Amino acid sequence: MKILEEIIMPEQIQFKLNGKSIQLNVDGERKLLWVLRTDLGLTGTKYGCGENLCGACTVIVNDEAVRSCQMMVKEVRGKEVMTIEGLSKENKLHPLQKAFAEHDALQCGYCTPGMIMNAYAFLRKNPHPTADEIIGAMDDNLCRCGAHRRIVQAVETASQKMEGGY
Amino acid sequence: MNSNQTPDLPFKGGSLDFDLNRREFIKLVGGGIVLYFTIGEIPLLAQRRNLPTDFNAFLRIGEDGRISCFTGKIEMGQGVITSLAQMLADELDAPLDAVDMVLGDTDLCPWDMGTFGSMTTRFFGPALRAAGAEARSILLELAAERLKVPVPNLVAENGIVFARSNRNNSISYAALAKGKKIERHSTGKVGVKKPSEFKIIGKSVTRQDATEKITGKAKYAGDLRFPDMLYAKILRPPAHDAKLVDIDLSEAKQVEGTVVVQERDLVAVLHKYPDVAEKALSKIKSKYEKPASDLDEKTIFDHLLKVAPEGKVSSASGDVQKGKHESEASVEAIYYNDYVAHAPIEPHTAVVKIEGTKVTVWASTQTPFSAKEEVAKELGVPSEQVRVMPVFVGGGFGGKTRNLQIVETARLAKLTGKPVQVAWNRKEEFFFDAFRPAAIVKVNAGIKRSASISFWDYHVYFAGERGAQHFYDIPNSQTVVYNSSWVGAAGTHPFATGPWRAPGNNTNTFARESHIDLLAAKAEMDPVEFRLKNLSNPAMRRVLQTAAEKYGWKPAKAPSSRGVGVACGVDAGTLVAAIAEVQVEKASGNVLVKRVVCVQDMGLVINPEGATIQMEGCITMGLGYALFEQIRFKGKEILDQNFDTYEIPRFSWVPKIETIIIDNKESDPQGGGEPAIVTMGAVIANAIYDAVGVRMYHLPMTRERVKEALKKS
Repeated sequence: MKILEEIIMPEQIQFKLNGKSIQLNVDGERKLLWVLRTDLGLTGTKYGCGENLCGACTVIVNDEAVRSCQMMVKEVRGKEVMTIEGLSKENKLHPLQKAFAEHDALQCGYCTPGMIMNAYAFLRKNPHPTADEIIGAMDDNLCRCGAHRRIVQAVETASQKMEGGY
Repeated sequence: MNSNQTPDLPFKGGSLDFDLNRREFIKLVGGGIVLYFTIGEIPLLAQRRNLPTDFNAFLRIGEDGRISCFTGKIEMGQGVITSLAQMLADELDAPLDAVDMVLGDTDLCPWDMGTFGSMTTRFFGPALRAAGAEARSILLELAAERLKVPVPNLVAENGIVFARSNRNNSISYAALAKGKKIERHSTGKVGVKKPSEFKIIGKSVTRQDATEKITGKAKYAGDLRFPDMLYAKILRPPAHDAKLVDIDLSEAKQVEGTVVVQERDLVAVLHKYPDVAEKALSKIKSKYEKPASDLDEKTIFDHLLKVAPEGKVSSASGDVQKGKHESEASVEAIYYNDYVAHAPIEPHTAVVKIEGTKVTVWASTQTPFSAKEEVAKELGVPSEQVRVMPVFVGGGFGGKTRNLQIVETARLAKLTGKPVQVAWNRKEEFFFDAFRPAAIVKVNAGIKRSASISFWDYHVYFAGERGAQHFYDIPNSQTVVYNSSWVGAAGTHPFATGPWRAPGNNTNTFARESHIDLLAAKAEMDPVEFRLKNLSNPAMRRVLQTAAEKYGWKPAKAPSSRGVGVACGVDAGTLVAAIAEVQVEKASGNVLVKRVVCVQDMGLVINPEGATIQMEGCITMGLGYALFEQIRFKGKEILDQNFDTYEIPRFSWVPKIETIIIDNKESDPQGGGEPAIVTMGAVIANAIYDAVGVRMYHLPMTRERVKEALKKS
């Protein structure tokens, strides 16, 4: 059964997800987005375009913001993955989350997890950016409601409150 | 599949045994104090359609002191969950955080037409405030008995009733509701607060749903999970109305764990993982016959003018012919706009679960009560058996008013006997969108030597009536509307069209305000001064003057090469004026919008911050249809399929935005989610003209079109 082999090739894949070690028995070529959302039930990461064009599915892999709709799950083997669900520690909101709420930097909220995760990775690299640098870093994350300017303000505020990007 | 049919909004027939439903939800809500109320204009409609006429929303004060309001409205980002709670809390003298808004649950909430047209605050708001005031008076009566103090000597604050003379003599709303089972219908006789008495209305409040949304916990339809749920991927035609002539499902059926379904026009692959279902779907071999059509985004306008129905005069004054004779000069122009997509970041999604006779639906929809009827009809069950549950909706903009995805999910749930989720991918979202219609506006207008407008002859094709009427002082004018709806008769548009944020008004305001600028240029006058000269409406004058002042407008006739433009508009009862500054890169034709000042008079403002956010959202979203967004198509095939070719506004496009909301507490609240978007086409077109002396007649004003226009000039 050629087709069967092509589609289902389960393999053991181990990685760290939101600080915890997990092991999956999955077809390693499946996209991380769907494994997160279905197999692992972490639905904060959203599907928006499926083609690396909108950023709604952004998660952190080893400190880099990646588009989980493009990444195969086998590519995160042995790595650290963080999703929006892993951002608040001990039920304390991350400064970025707080700033998004304070600035009303969201409307429908669907692009919000991707925005926050992308901003998180950016601020880890550039803890004190200018507004123009924020705009540059966020430009490939799409928002249809038009919350852009407040998102920039929220990232600015968070950068002032975060220490070394945490 | 006939995707060309847009349901006849606001509602499609169906009967409802309402007494039964009402008993059920009274049972569901339990004890406490319940007040039923009606939204002004809706009952007539409901009566005609055999729907509940006695009330269509209610509020309940529970034994725990929680105040719940049940309404069929939905939250899709516009923030009504917050502003409605503010109105209720204020009239009730209750703390804002004691209010729970229960939105869009078709079992718990009485019938509602849908959430669109900036109507929630305008029509539902006043009814909700009146109900809150009435509930407060009931609480005061109860407190008078309990505290042995007459009502006039009582005062309510923060959910507690005090005796004025002795604040220790007090009782909470929770205690008043305890053990009670009081049901009342609102009488409409209790007055609401005066603006000077507001404590919560008019205060800026951050979103009530922010925490869920920033932590990823907010549940959208696609986030629902059931143990045996299957994800369905549906075979789609390459073009609308294409016919399936050959199909081979054998390879798809071999993929382990898939369920392949074929029923009439519906072919789907289901699997416990959506990505595996999608992969299996790609194994289906199919052949379609595309319908013959040579329409595309260029030829569509000739076609539309050919098939246009008779025009209907929607408003007229004086005598246009007479006005023409009296004119010193006149200008004639034709304005166009292309099809535009809604493109919410959340594509259409639905989950349907059928258990015995019970059908439960979770879906991204602006019209849950229509969805309920459509599902019932499709499954052939009484509508009482269908419950649409509330979920967050990831953007709507008018695009989630029809429920194709819900109906196909319901069919698949019935066929497979399992809970089913259908989540459209981006290509499906573009394909099945009911686009903002391509439209044409022909305007002929003239001025006298005095620079007053002498006549106005306005003909709009396919955009509809909203915003078509001008508000200037023109003695001789007529507005003629060809096809008053955003949907055309069969054979009009090659695919579905529908309402798009401020439907019709973006097209109409673009044409009118561009043309007013043409007249100003003819009169060799500054565009703001020309408008003021021809405008006596004091509210609109104030909005325009406030915008000019805020911007620091310096009068000059266009083109002044500064790149500044102005436009005014009216939408959903709200008056708006915008001034923009642009920079035109002549070599590329690229237009950079640098600054937008926008002023709005929307009557009483419930949540100023919320209203400001909507204005900013409108301005930002409006950049898209003004400059970039256009659907390309070939016959009935949609060529734009994702955000690579269909560009929506990005961070780097967003100008400096300054907004002002006129203080007008004494007037009723007006629409807030749509008005500021209507001026964006014209304000940018007028600014481009001011910058480079080139008039743009076609939206969007893409780089190519601007370059082309510059070449011709």
